[in-house]
Amino acid sequence: MIAQAVALIIFIGMFVLIILDKFERQWITLVSGLLMLVVVFGICLHSPQAIADTLNLKAFFARSFWYGAEESASAGINWSTIVFIAGMMIMVEGLGHSGFFRWLCLSLAKAVHYHLVPLLICFMCMSGFLSMFIDSITVVLFLATVTIELSRMLKYNPVPMILAEVFCANLGGSATMSGDPPNIIIGTSLGYSFMDFITNTGAVVGISFIFALVYFWLCFRKELKANEAARVGEVSCPEPSSAIESKPAFLCGVLVFAIAVVLLITHAQTGLTVSCIGVIVAVLTLIAMVATSGISVIPKIFRGVDYKTLLFFIGLFVSVGGLEQTGVLEVIAHFISVVSGGNPYVIVAIILILSAGCSALIDNIPFAATMIPVIQSLASSTGMALPTLAWTLSLGTDIGGNATPIGASANVVGTSVSAKNGHPISWGKYCKYCVPATLIVIMISLGCIYLRYL
Amino acid sequence: MGRIQKMNEKYAGDAENKQMNENQIIVTVGREHGSGGHFIAQNLAKELGIKLYDKEIVEGIVAQGFSKEFVEEMDEKPINYFLSRRIGEFSNSPEEIVAEKVFEYIREIAKKGESFVIVGRCAESVLRLYPHVISIFVTGDKKDKLKRIEDIYHLDAMAAQDRIRRVDSKRKQYHNHYADFKWGDSRGYDLLINSSRLGIDGTAKCLAGYVKSYMQVKGIEPQTLGKE
Repeated sequence: MIAQAVALIIFIGMFVLIILDKFERQWITLVSGLLMLVVVFGICLHSPQAIADTLNLKAFFARSFWYGAEESASAGINWSTIVFIAGMMIMVEGLGHSGFFRWLCLSLAKAVHYHLVPLLICFMCMSGFLSMFIDSITVVLFLATVTIELSRMLKYNPVPMILAEVFCANLGGSATMSGDPPNIIIGTSLGYSFMDFITNTGAVVGISFIFALVYFWLCFRKELKANEAARVGEVSCPEPSSAIESKPAFLCGVLVFAIAVVLLITHAQTGLTVSCIGVIVAVLTLIAMVATSGISVIPKIFRGVDYKTLLFFIGLFVSVGGLEQTGVLEVIAHFISVVSGGNPYVIVAIILILSAGCSALIDNIPFAATMIPVIQSLASSTGMALPTLAWTLSLGTDIGGNATPIGASANVVGTSVSAKNGHPISWGKYCKYCVPATLIVIMISLGCIYLRYL
Repeated sequence: MGRIQKMNEKYAGDAENKQMNENQIIVTVGREHGSGGHFIAQNLAKELGIKLYDKEIVEGIVAQGFSKEFVEEMDEKPINYFLSRRIGEFSNSPEEIVAEKVFEYIREIAKKGESFVIVGRCAESVLRLYPHVISIFVTGDKKDKLKRIEDIYHLDAMAAQDRIRRVDSKRKQYHNHYADFKWGDSRGYDLLINSSRLGIDGTAKCLAGYVKSYMQVKGIEPQTLGKE
């Protein structure tokens, strides 16, 4: 009981400090994780085994960590997530270095002859597609930057386009295992593959995406057409080729990206785990960059890797491990089970709405990590299929984050880039467009889950 | 470590910073609301014949493409922790974005090498790398501050008191979020002065004397000061 109380206090303290933003968030989760190890496991539980289980270092030596027909389920620190994200970060750095993202944006703009409404549709599709494989922060960062650059030349208000891009990035991310951190955590913790996600959350997202395209088109078409009509004089935009800093580096970057996509799609067939794919992609990127740009590019690429996020994840997994080992999360699962009366329709609605509501207001990564043991416990106590709860949790956390400017990392980056360039997006403006869109997608998701799984 | 100190570390290696004007004098004036800090800074700049930056900073940011209403609303305003988030270098707090723009603009002004007086906005921390920054904090007796606010904003005593409390609270939170010492803490400034003792003009003259003495001690040529 004392261990549970202490674990809960440490965890709530961690959440409050993350919100207050007084210290960098990786230090908060690392200190919280250390307190869990020393105070909860060491002093309260006297359990070296719990410490070993949570640190989970043995995972590296297991064959299934690198190779296996299915992802191995893991508890404690989810090293698969860490290794995969690190590998993808290196690949994205290489791609960014080659000018790939800027080239892609400029090529699309040129392809639609700089007409704004088709450009909106193109950028939404591109945002959704790229976010299926690359983290949404990177996608939004590049897209929002180019959107603002184009808005200066084409004389339009970039805010509608940025809002739509951010929404589609989160939506695209929820379609695959590699798209959004909560999905990577859910997939690697519960042992699901890329194809499992594509055929389940991906199918729901596919339907939702069409609705999102129509919704944002209806919302912004008039404003964008008016902007275009008011444009005077010739349009002069940079040529897409000007984005490419080095052609060999560009081609190699694109090739590595294509290999990463193929490896991810086929990983259930090849038996390569996401950790293994992360390492392969990182090594290929480094080899390609050294071959095309020389050895001097390596420190640049490593400097660009967001090691703070990796440390944040490590601390977070230990903190959630504390709640898991002390049984706090089982209490939450039991509570949901009692409230729902064991009715699967109610349980799915609670998980979806709770995860969407919480993700709209707090960071969805810690939330997803916390909820995984909860749904595992719910599945075993109510007899519900674990995958159904996993897809519900994934959709809830990923889509719920769309509702507010602080719900997901992509929203923060998109609104930040916009505001830094003189186009602040207030909460009112953001929510006016994104809350209805989020509600529509949540309703579609709920309907799909009910029809398909229950 | 305060946020500004981290930014300063980034700028410490800049080549431009290594070529600072050794004769440049920068006077930063922090102030309590109603203490007359702005007027003292204005008179001090006049006495020294150098430029004053206060509302001019807002205009500088507006010239970069921001709306005036937005910058004025967010200038020297503390961030709302519950309505904003930070991911690495990206914060979507409008208050923080304006603050960062303001700090950048202050650095740009200082880079020109001219001497100037600047009011508030954590300037003493932003410009800490410059060799001759004189940081001043102006306080005042409660009754004088109340009287001044009542007169300027045509408020009754209650409303004036409420305004002083609100504005000072905002300035304190703003300063303490970015700087590495507390707002109004004597250890963070070169000089704290109560404007109620000598009045606006007297305080400005006293401070001008301090700046001139400082220049003499440091061997800075008096012609550094212009005729603004």
